[in-house]
Amino acid sequence: MLKTFVKGGVHPAECKFSEDNAIVNLPLPKTVSIPIAQHIGAPSKVIVAKGDKVKVGDKIAESTGFVSANIHSSVSGTVNKIDDVLDSTGYKRTCIIIDVEGDEWNEIIDRTTDLKKEISLTEKEIIAKINASGIVGLGGATFPSHVKLSIPDGKKINVLIINGVECEPYLTSDHRLMIEKANEMLVGVQILMKALSVSRALIGIENNKPDAIAHLSLLVKNYPGIEVHPLKVKYPQGGEKQLIKALINREVPSGGLPLDVGAVVHNVGTAFAVYEAVQKNKPLFERVVTVTGQLVSKPSNFMVRIGTPVSQLIEAAGGLPEDTGKIINGGPMMGKAVSSTEVPVTKGTSGILIMSKDASKRKKESTCVRCAKCVSACPQGLEPFLLIKQTQLEKNDELEQNGIMDCIECGSCSFTCPAGLPLLDYIRLGKSRVSRIIRSRKQ
Amino acid sequence: MNKLITVSPSPHVYEDTTVKRLMFDVVIAMLPALAMSIYFFGIGAIIVTLVAVVSCLLFEWLIQKFLLKKEPTITDGSAIVTGVLIAFNVPSNLPLGIIILGSLFAIGVAKMSFGGLGNNPFNPALAGRVFLLISFPVQMTSWPVPSGFKTGYTDAVTGATPLGIVKEGLSKGDNLTDLMAQIPSHMEMFYGRMGGSMGEIAAAAILIGFAYLLFRKVITWHIPVSIFLTITVFTGILWLVDPTKNADPIFHLLTGGVMLGAVFMATDYVTSPMTTKGMWIFGIGIGVLTILIRVFGAYPEGVSFAILIMNAFVPLINAYVKPKRFGEEVNHG
Amino acid sequence: MNTTILFTIISLSAVGGISAVILYFVAQKFKVFEDPRIDLVTEALPAANCGGCGYPGCRGLAEAMVKSDDLSPFFCPVGGNAVMATVAKILGKEVTAKEPLVAVIRCSGSLAKRPRLNEYDGAATCTIVSSLYSGETGCQYGCHGLGDCVTVCKFDAIYMDKETGLPVVIDEKCTACGACVKACPNKIIELRKKFAKDRKIFVSCVNKDKGGIAKKACEVACIGCGKCVKVCPHDAITLENFLAYIDPNKCKLCRKCVEECPTNAILEINFPPRKIKDETGGNTEQVKSSEKE
Repeated sequence: MLKTFVKGGVHPAECKFSEDNAIVNLPLPKTVSIPIAQHIGAPSKVIVAKGDKVKVGDKIAESTGFVSANIHSSVSGTVNKIDDVLDSTGYKRTCIIIDVEGDEWNEIIDRTTDLKKEISLTEKEIIAKINASGIVGLGGATFPSHVKLSIPDGKKINVLIINGVECEPYLTSDHRLMIEKANEMLVGVQILMKALSVSRALIGIENNKPDAIAHLSLLVKNYPGIEVHPLKVKYPQGGEKQLIKALINREVPSGGLPLDVGAVVHNVGTAFAVYEAVQKNKPLFERVVTVTGQLVSKPSNFMVRIGTPVSQLIEAAGGLPEDTGKIINGGPMMGKAVSSTEVPVTKGTSGILIMSKDASKRKKESTCVRCAKCVSACPQGLEPFLLIKQTQLEKNDELEQNGIMDCIECGSCSFTCPAGLPLLDYIRLGKSRVSRIIRSRKQ
Repeated sequence: MNKLITVSPSPHVYEDTTVKRLMFDVVIAMLPALAMSIYFFGIGAIIVTLVAVVSCLLFEWLIQKFLLKKEPTITDGSAIVTGVLIAFNVPSNLPLGIIILGSLFAIGVAKMSFGGLGNNPFNPALAGRVFLLISFPVQMTSWPVPSGFKTGYTDAVTGATPLGIVKEGLSKGDNLTDLMAQIPSHMEMFYGRMGGSMGEIAAAAILIGFAYLLFRKVITWHIPVSIFLTITVFTGILWLVDPTKNADPIFHLLTGGVMLGAVFMATDYVTSPMTTKGMWIFGIGIGVLTILIRVFGAYPEGVSFAILIMNAFVPLINAYVKPKRFGEEVNHG
Repeated sequence: MNTTILFTIISLSAVGGISAVILYFVAQKFKVFEDPRIDLVTEALPAANCGGCGYPGCRGLAEAMVKSDDLSPFFCPVGGNAVMATVAKILGKEVTAKEPLVAVIRCSGSLAKRPRLNEYDGAATCTIVSSLYSGETGCQYGCHGLGDCVTVCKFDAIYMDKETGLPVVIDEKCTACGACVKACPNKIIELRKKFAKDRKIFVSCVNKDKGGIAKKACEVACIGCGKCVKVCPHDAITLENFLAYIDPNKCKLCRKCVEECPTNAILEINFPPRKIKDETGGNTEQVKSSEKE
């Protein structure tokens, strides 16, 4: 029996069209728009002005707090302006717009491709370097990585978990990374292990990626302490809490963090970025993005500079199909539909999914028949049918009691509902109301 | 055709299950039992089923269209399920007027007056059946004797159900072994050669339907299995205590509406609990109440009453039996 | 036979009598003192239980008003000054009359005037749209048109105009309870002073984008040109974040700004049609008298 998490979960069609297509470097765009809020936490502060010349890897916006991240230029050229641009959050946000001129990299970046295995820095230096390089969780949550590595006093971490699950259908960027950059990624894992002072790291990979499992299982023999664990395919296994449950059978308590059960979770993409930052002095300014969909003529995995407009990626993957109904930044379960093809790629963009007109229409809503499918699908053990009703009636106290804050917004309830009810839409609304109340209570 | 792209909150993919598909799956699952009752009761079974289904659909449409002034939703199939279940719960020679009245009660009173599909506290078909049982006790308990396919409707020879024979005999003080000799063997009961309501006789056919429902993931196994287990254990104890006074567990499982009730009526989404733990409580409650009514009560059969009583407890079960939340089992490793 | 009836009557009467005595003592023992004025005040209130006053229903407001010495923080938006005066009389407290208000929708971006750039498909409430993204049009400040204000209005005073896709307030029904103001995620609805004959002049736009962007998104957006500020003789108009605002307490309904606005973002409502363009304006007294029938 393969390991997996116990409670709830669904199994959407996998549709991994681009899993065999190697990562290709996307040609440089003419201009990039780099948002200053690409991570969870405080937006960064712009430190360049209109007309400034920047090189690839230059810092252009500075972290403004502990939970924040630096932002580096992904191209070389001139800052055109600093303006509000519609980004993938659906709102206009401040972006630094740079006109690309050539491709001149900052001198400190080591552009050689040879593997550098020995780790010379100390724990503190590693964390400082990760912080300076603007690394955030590349699985999609974009939580600043140095925060996860700074363990508060009194907490003890004994295992590092590396998330290679990629449970979202369609997406293959992590999968390709595990095959093509396996050694670099594993060195990155060792760096993370050193930063956390743990001796054990588990890489969880779903069983629909047998080539990645085989490849990594072979390689980890050279990396003491790292283990590869195949997992049964089940959504949302890539959720931190579910992955910890699946791998080491510990449950993160309600309102708690993985470090409460002695674990820290990082994505394989993050591990690779950590390798590049620590060993090659390369800050985070590019990432792997999958461009895929039923209608896409060339589903691909691109290495993309942050700030590139999504339209360029679609062009490189064969152009926008005639019957496009929806463009999603991320996977189909948790990704965000964008309202324009001009939105820039950010640190959190793991994929661009294009759906046909038919596929993008929702099911027709009918009434709740209390079939309880949402209850059995919820990986957090909540009752979505109850939460939607209480949200509609604005019963915020009951919502809090019923654990709405535990919702991880995985979408399993909406996915499975035979009545096509917008369960998660309302739960999200209830969650934001309740969190506002909780915040005001703390003040 | 507009060229605008769509924006909506996640998730962006959905399972292709719809309420309609689920309802039609239930109808498909009931077909084997319907076939068996047509085989045993003849043309009467077809007439009763058609009348019940058509009148349920008609009443639902009329009420939604003219009383509630809403868009009629009869295409979702829930009225068809109710109609077939009403037919399954009555004798195959019931006068048509009574069936129509039962359908009116089921749809009008038990379903629509509470707000339609999803809001009714009691299973509409069962409410209709119990209403008829109380209003027309004679017609509702004159069961045609199963024979080969018959073309007549009301000319059938009627007789008592095995449960009725045993109950009446025991109350007169007859010997159980003699009584058992008067009724069909367990094997005959398993495939349906016995007196009873139209759809409840063929245990084998109902189990085929159960397997289909499980295969299509329409229902989970918890409610039917908990009912079967409870009945087996409860009657098993009684039988072991005094085999001369109490019939064996297999007799109790195969007779009356246990199979039909457990598979098709107790598992009704709307009137059953939401959590697995709740489903166990619900199933055990139905099993215990059924046997209490059968063995100690006035009626020979108690499944429908048991289900209706437990239906009334469902809101309570839902309020107090919550699913186990993630993170309750804290293990710090 | 007769004795049976007699016994029945006697025993039932006895049971009744004893119960009455017990109930009397129980009621005495568990009596909760409640200010009788709370009931009186509740009676005087309109019993709409709309929550517009900020209290849970009319009784909640009544309790708070009875407890408080000062009535000035309370106001029943539904009953208005008349009800507040009655309440003040019951409680023997002072109350100052408040100006009547009416809800005003500050967005004119109808389906025709504000082009749709994408299509929303999800739960049909404005709050969910606004938490998801900037909306179907290029204007992130404007009306989402899904009618949260309509749903929340207890007085049927707002309806959705199918043609424009914008809500419309029925002035006669509006009690200015403020429920719609709270419900609107984009804060489009404002409670404004009610002028005679329901006349209104207001900037029907809340777009804070720069002129060019706003105009591109919507034909009737306020572009922040400031012409109205210059023309206003009463200093009633202020300009902030490329958006003009007319202070209803300073505005004298002269209508000069309406003519000046290049995008027709300022609306005049319930005024008689202008005869000759140059003659209009001036003071409100003239307009009123000319309209008398």
